[in-house]
Amino acid sequence: MSRLGLIDYGMGNLHSVQRAFERLGATVQTVQCGAEMEGCKALVLPGVGAFDPAMERLRQGGLAEAITTWCDAGRPLLGICLGLQLLFEASDEGEAEGLGLLKGRVRALPRRPGHPIPHMGWEPLVPANPSPLLPAGSPESWVYFVHSYAAEPSDPACSTALVRFADTAVTAAVWQGAIGACQFHPEKSGPHGEAILRRWLAWLAAL
Amino acid sequence: MVAKRIIPCLDVADGRVVKGVNFVGLRDAGDPVELACRYSAAGADELVFLDIAASHQGRGTLVELVQRTAEAVTIPFTVGGGISSVEGITVLLRAGADKVSLNSSAVRDPELVARGAGRFGCQCIVVAIDARARAGGGWDVYVKGGRENTGLDAVAWARQVVALGAGEILLTSMDGDGTQAGYALELTRAVADAVPVPVIASGGAGCIDHLAEALDPGPAGGHASAALLASLLHDGILSVEQIKTELLRRGLPIRPLALSC
Repeated sequence: MSRLGLIDYGMGNLHSVQRAFERLGATVQTVQCGAEMEGCKALVLPGVGAFDPAMERLRQGGLAEAITTWCDAGRPLLGICLGLQLLFEASDEGEAEGLGLLKGRVRALPRRPGHPIPHMGWEPLVPANPSPLLPAGSPESWVYFVHSYAAEPSDPACSTALVRFADTAVTAAVWQGAIGACQFHPEKSGPHGEAILRRWLAWLAAL
Repeated sequence: MVAKRIIPCLDVADGRVVKGVNFVGLRDAGDPVELACRYSAAGADELVFLDIAASHQGRGTLVELVQRTAEAVTIPFTVGGGISSVEGITVLLRAGADKVSLNSSAVRDPELVARGAGRFGCQCIVVAIDARARAGGGWDVYVKGGRENTGLDAVAWARQVVALGAGEILLTSMDGDGTQAGYALELTRAVADAVPVPVIASGGAGCIDHLAEALDPGPAGGHASAALLASLLHDGILSVEQIKTELLRRGLPIRPLALSC
């Protein structure tokens, strides 16, 4: 099984993500700088917390540049939660420039009575364009969300799953080229989340 | 609508579950990790561990318990009890907890909520509020296990901690706790309607009707996003399966039990 580089920039519950991949047989190494990415087959960008401090930390350590170089070379990356939002150009949550690997902006979830924010809990995914994370004909997936912002990709084709929120549907997962990302937490989503990670690992193994 | 959550709560002291738990086929009724796995497999949506000893020497055992839980359990879990500093929050989140719950320490030092949320995001800061009805209307916030009235109004306090950065409120009715006479619906509704974040109802569950009422978004319901349960589950009176099957039948949004892939 190939080695995954888990990006450690001080913004997230690395432990759970690492264990989730290890349970599926993957080898995981934490990565704190570009040099440590050598020898990894793919990167995982986790993250909880706020957009600006996250981008600040990624830029300080030179990780932002290393991630961009990695993805520009067409190498695989999986973003999780805030790690999805950071892939876009900007966010309503802050002023910082995002990684810009995907076109579009992260927007605040709409405030509606009876729909608490953070959007916290379990929801079934609404499939959009099939991807290695959610191939056509995948069984219904109930996954765990906790977020107050959601990405609006400029290119709707990169949406692979949506989730209903209030009277609308927002981005739950994206896929473009070799970049995939989940707004929900697959590592906290029981057997359904595990199935999504397993599909990603299988896709990776077949590269 | 996001599914209403059913959350078993385990009281722990020195790394062991304190109240007995009747689970068929359980090897060790006192091991929190084994119980956490059981409840997770049974369809629980999240778990809460409350360290009721919260002693200095017990902290290391708690951290170890959090680590072991994070290794084994694939649903989110919250840890509360005796957390009084950003360092305390850091240690538990690093060990693998998804959220921490602050209670007395938030009353003592409300800025702790802001510091915790600023550092780790509001999604992982839960504020637990223990409330009791006040003569003449309204509810007071109690601390020290319900022994001390802070004089704070529960609804105003909930608004304040959310403004400081709390991402969720765990609301326990001291009047209802342990009575199995039903959740305090008026209190739950008052708090849930006052804040934009999810509210977990706690205290008083005795049957499935009570859960349905607490989670009911209608005018007479509790408007809670989640329900916390302890003895009803631990004593084997109801199972997570029974609860979810019945709540689904009644049309509440609930994550179904058929979890196989």
